[in-house]
Amino acid sequence: MPRREDIKRILVLGSGPIVIGQACEFDYSGTQAVKALKQEGYEVVLVNSNPATIMTDPEIADRTYVEPLLPEFIDDILAQENIDAVLPTVGGQTALNLAINCQRAGIFEKHGVEMLGADAEVIERAEDREKFKAAMIELGFDVPRSMYIRDGSEASAAIDAYGFPVIIRPSFTMGGTGASIAYNREEFDEKVSRALAESLDSEVLLEESVLGWKEYELEVMRDAKDNFVVICSIENLDPMGVHTGDSITIAPSQTLTDKEYQRMRDQAKAVVRKIGVTTGGCNIQFAFNPDNGRMIVIEMNPRVSRSSALASKATGFPIAKFAAKLAIGYTLDELDNDITKVTPASFEPSIDYVVTKVPRFAFEKFSGSDDTLTIQMKSVGEVMAIGRTLRESMGKAMCALETGSCGFDWEPDLGPEDVAAMLGRPSPARLWQVGAALRLGVDLEEIYARCKIDRWFLHHIKAIIDCERRVGEGRRGRVPAPAVLASAKRNGLSDGRIAQLCGLSEEAVRARRLQAGIRPVYKRIDTCAAEFEAHTPYLYSTYEEECEAEVSDRKKVIILGGGPNRIGQGIEFDYCCVHAAFALREAGYETIMVNCNPETVSTDYDTSDRLYFEPLTAEHVLEVLDAEARKGTIVGVLVQFGGQTPLKLAKSIEAAGYPLLGTPAEAIDLAEDRERFGELMGRLRIDCPRWGVARSSEEAFTIAHDIGYPVLVRPSYVLGGRAMEIVQSDAQLDRYMREAVRASPDHPVLIDEFLPHATEFDVDAVADGEDAVVAGIMEHIEEAGVHSGDSSCSLPPVGVSEAILEQIRGTTRTLARELGVIGLMNIQFALRGHRLYVIEVNPRGSRTVPFVSKAVGVPYAKIAARVAAGESLAALGITEQIPEHISVKAPVFPFRKFPGVDTILGPEMRSTGEVMGIGADFGTAYMHAYLGAGEVLPKGGAALFSVKDEDKDAILPAARTLHQAGFSLVATGGTAEAFRKADLPCTDILKVWQGRPHTVDALKNGDIQIVVNTSGISDRRESFSLRRTSLIQRIPYFTTVSGALAAAHAIARARETNFRPKARSLQSYHADAAE
Amino acid sequence: MTERDRPEAVLALADGRVFRGVGFGARATAIGEVVFNTSMTGYQEILTDPSYAGQLVCLTTPEIGNVGCNTLDVESEAPGAEALIIRALSPTVSNWRAEQSLPDFLEGRGVPGISEVDTRALTRHLRETGAIMGAVSTEDITPERLVEMAKQAPSMQGKALAHEVSTAVPYTWEHSTLRWSEDPDVPEATLRVVAYDFGIKHNILRCLRDEGIEVQVVPSTTPAADVLEMKPDGIFLSNGPGDPAALPDVVENLEALLQGAGDTPIFGICLGYQLLCLAAGGQTYKLKFGHHGGNHPVRNELDQSVAITAQNHGFAASLESLGAGTELTAVNLFDRTAAGLRLGEREVWGVQYHPEASPGPHDAKPLFAAFAQQVRAHREQAR
Repeated sequence: MPRREDIKRILVLGSGPIVIGQACEFDYSGTQAVKALKQEGYEVVLVNSNPATIMTDPEIADRTYVEPLLPEFIDDILAQENIDAVLPTVGGQTALNLAINCQRAGIFEKHGVEMLGADAEVIERAEDREKFKAAMIELGFDVPRSMYIRDGSEASAAIDAYGFPVIIRPSFTMGGTGASIAYNREEFDEKVSRALAESLDSEVLLEESVLGWKEYELEVMRDAKDNFVVICSIENLDPMGVHTGDSITIAPSQTLTDKEYQRMRDQAKAVVRKIGVTTGGCNIQFAFNPDNGRMIVIEMNPRVSRSSALASKATGFPIAKFAAKLAIGYTLDELDNDITKVTPASFEPSIDYVVTKVPRFAFEKFSGSDDTLTIQMKSVGEVMAIGRTLRESMGKAMCALETGSCGFDWEPDLGPEDVAAMLGRPSPARLWQVGAALRLGVDLEEIYARCKIDRWFLHHIKAIIDCERRVGEGRRGRVPAPAVLASAKRNGLSDGRIAQLCGLSEEAVRARRLQAGIRPVYKRIDTCAAEFEAHTPYLYSTYEEECEAEVSDRKKVIILGGGPNRIGQGIEFDYCCVHAAFALREAGYETIMVNCNPETVSTDYDTSDRLYFEPLTAEHVLEVLDAEARKGTIVGVLVQFGGQTPLKLAKSIEAAGYPLLGTPAEAIDLAEDRERFGELMGRLRIDCPRWGVARSSEEAFTIAHDIGYPVLVRPSYVLGGRAMEIVQSDAQLDRYMREAVRASPDHPVLIDEFLPHATEFDVDAVADGEDAVVAGIMEHIEEAGVHSGDSSCSLPPVGVSEAILEQIRGTTRTLARELGVIGLMNIQFALRGHRLYVIEVNPRGSRTVPFVSKAVGVPYAKIAARVAAGESLAALGITEQIPEHISVKAPVFPFRKFPGVDTILGPEMRSTGEVMGIGADFGTAYMHAYLGAGEVLPKGGAALFSVKDEDKDAILPAARTLHQAGFSLVATGGTAEAFRKADLPCTDILKVWQGRPHTVDALKNGDIQIVVNTSGISDRRESFSLRRTSLIQRIPYFTTVSGALAAAHAIARARETNFRPKARSLQSYHADAAE
Repeated sequence: MTERDRPEAVLALADGRVFRGVGFGARATAIGEVVFNTSMTGYQEILTDPSYAGQLVCLTTPEIGNVGCNTLDVESEAPGAEALIIRALSPTVSNWRAEQSLPDFLEGRGVPGISEVDTRALTRHLRETGAIMGAVSTEDITPERLVEMAKQAPSMQGKALAHEVSTAVPYTWEHSTLRWSEDPDVPEATLRVVAYDFGIKHNILRCLRDEGIEVQVVPSTTPAADVLEMKPDGIFLSNGPGDPAALPDVVENLEALLQGAGDTPIFGICLGYQLLCLAAGGQTYKLKFGHHGGNHPVRNELDQSVAITAQNHGFAASLESLGAGTELTAVNLFDRTAAGLRLGEREVWGVQYHPEASPGPHDAKPLFAAFAQQVRAHREQAR
């Protein structure tokens, strides 16, 4: 069927901020979908609250709303935009839930809007586990026994029927939120009540356990003519019991006979038909009993998902793009396969390589959290690696993770029994533990019995360990013979691992390998196992015979991506890399991307001219550079857009004789080396907090005493404030020094003067070596001490004088020039009183670049890419722009996923994503940001205040604003006293340790609608339960004075508008700014 | 035998290209046409498919041997692939149905295997040169000699292989396909079909049995008159190896069958379908590198639906060569070649692809039900 003519304007729903379970894969899928719809001639309106996305770039959709994904905003957008249809299937669970809520609220009906790709009934049939299970039973398929409950009392029946362990799943959530396994009665009661609270409709499913079974997933598509294709099969290395998002997964599936695989395919086809997904992509998960072949359909997602992004990257088949085209009427046979150009999309990709996905975790950020992997997803990102064999692909994935691992390098000083004992508990370290167990001679069958990882994988890991043994057999300090080296490379050993095994440097191994002519070749990903010619240079390395790189003779730029998403290094850097690719392609260069993150737009094969899906390590990047250098000219390597990951490679790249694009390695080193940077600041007479570098505990004490407590301590060369802490005393410093040494063994510890009560500023700028232009100055809402990534901020600043802003601009220019920055840079300032300090300079793109670009309406990453490639700011006509409207960026935290973790903000970054709110005034902008972050804005009721002594005056404006907005005030001891002194009426309430009823009782009874709680380090433990309860009960809570004040303003503003928010498009804001 | 103890092995092509690897399976030398198969599952079914007689099969999926081999996944006891060419051999067997490792299974069949080959390079080569003769040896033979052997080997064009793999004696088939818990019960066998064996796959027989058909398998040389004498409810023409045009005796016999069968439904798959076209006066031709895989989209020309099919053939029927009475029922969307034809008004038809799959998707399995329906209708009419 050709495209539908009866619809003209389509609203695409985005997925909102990056959270655990929903990352930038939906920027990839949404961007593809929007582009595909526009290509078909439809007008596309997009809504997404996440500014760090390519899809919200104003030139992607016709109209772009960076607004909260809430029914009231959709209502307003539909009222303004004359929409015919809504596409809810490419924005993850968020978009699907939003669509259902809009449907239920009658909003779509009111505006005469149709849902494309899925309807509410289909979504419910797929997501309501009871209905889904009933459908499976009707099909005659095996299902795990289960029952639905609505309160705790019904739960006991399940225990009687199934025994322990039992799976507990709330319905209608994403990323398995709240899903858990209970092994005993106590755990069971606690987990059931949490699940009931998490479920959007207060229903929870209790299910028979299939722990230890094998897990598979099929990514499929169906069109309106009932054509059905499997795009990719995925086999989990981790058996059932670990969320698939947290599992190491392999594509294609490896341990099924054709009979079993086709049975799975037949069932998937029947499920999709039965549930009624008429068009688009979806996935179906299966559990498989390895002892007898019993197979169970676990669940399906009736939409494009994280695994469809993985499947798209793994096969070269763009699922989201085709899903969008199917939604508007095309059938698969009417669409061309982009890669072969001669065959249709109605086929099943055949892949002639092995893909391994390994999740990336951030447990180190959440002290007190348990790193056991369960059915609730906890990873924050993932890497994908491609090799011709499992061993190659697994070896590359381990290096790509950027956890410092270069393979099976965990060689603990433990006995075989100790390591074997670890294998029963799934954790991020288990793959390495398996390697260690095999190395220590633990019997493979014992390993299998403990971890249930399929023997096929175990035997391959054993083969790798055996290969390691051969490599390490020779004399220490001697490179193995070429034959052994070649075999090591074919078995997936990295140069770094070989170096460790032989007691050599990685450089020495590389040199010897090059000398022996052992180099990788590059193969293409073509969807068809080479049956047809591939027209897209989408490449991966392997140690084999024939190279298909076919490098060009053009002038080329290599862009290094940001690697796996993790806290502190996320989608923002991918955004910058994608912009660099677009800008440099426009400027006439051949753009070549290197990255290993399957969730991203940068690893879409048509973002750059060429794509190398490779780990961002010196070994893999230098091989790509050497391959590309065989023909044409490498104009430069862009390392400053992908965050800290590529920046770390700058020295190796220059040492290998390749030029960096823009800011040279020397300037990067000058900015990053604290001692050199300190000297520079002294010479320029720029204030910065006093500091010192400690290489031992003794040195640390000397420095800290010299500066005076509080001090900020952190290991050098880290991103996202990893292991950063504010330390108040000798005792705390002593504890930190012992832990920090573990955090980063090769690097010393930095100790900085901490500036309490300072206001921080983030500045992004573009410099061309001569001049620098400020892209945006952002004023942090939370005071100094909260990591900049975790702080909300306002652009332009709202509470600071023009003189200070001028000083910020002047210092920015000076630093850009003195450091020799060419391209992007980011500076963090702190203002205390009237004194401006420079806290940190990063000679690279920062995580605020996309926010600034959207707030100001200027594509700074693109401009910076062209500047880095040699153009001047003057020639490009770039000057600072200050918008009239206010933009607020607000962070989003994953605390709900980590039971037992304190939610108080500090110098360690813990947010996973961010949202943007725009408005004519600060209150409105903050309100939009706050709602966008998924928080509830109370309309009235009681506000609970409990603040530390030093905040008792500062908190008064927030309390007064809320009081004026009609809230009654409730306060604990000292705070209540302070309120009464200031003539603010309030009710007293007991702190938790003071007796009952106390604050937590009031929260649980629903008597409190907003919580403001600040606490010093000493009383944190006491107020912990207050914060945690607020989080679980979904009561808005603020842990800083400035955050509370901002919220109070937002609530006041919302009241004025009678809680009827107005949506406004970026294009409209930018048009105003241009006038 | 561990990976490191395996013998060296060589694959040589008639154009002089040589691939070195490591041997497994039988210690032997095999000569044949080199083809690649892009199916990601089912190596055991592929290598036991008699349609691969005379061919050295390169599997594009790299990790092979993972699930071992079992009795049920054997497609025929007759000769199949002459050699297996792969990238990586599994260090173990991991599947609950496995009974034997792949190397042991190959050894039992006397078939050599070669691993550690850059199979993608080989596939790209075959894509460019077209199917080419080659030789694989796990014995001590120099590459030069192997190239020479490949050069000397006659091409597949003009090769009559069906008689070599056909059963020598008639037999009756009684087994259904592998049943899973959700599958319906197998109906009683109330229909009788005679199947010509040109290299028939077990799964065709099983699929027919699933539809309530008792199949009487007859040798490829069985005269038409003998078959008609059996008064079957339907006649089936099987898949098989080699060049259909090299079987004039069979074509002549089928002409007689077509004339004498009256309204008896006749259904052909792959070689059977090609022979049917030849018997109807059409022509076949050799494809450049053939169709061998499990992902070929075939469009049903009657309702425009698309089935993902298993395919395995080096020759194709030319639609143009057939008369006006021929109806094109299915088209391969990869290259627009004919994938299914109906000859005239009667229920005489065939498909180029493999509805029995094994290995491959089951999308086209309903064709067996359609055939059974015709057979049943014919039987009822005949009463």
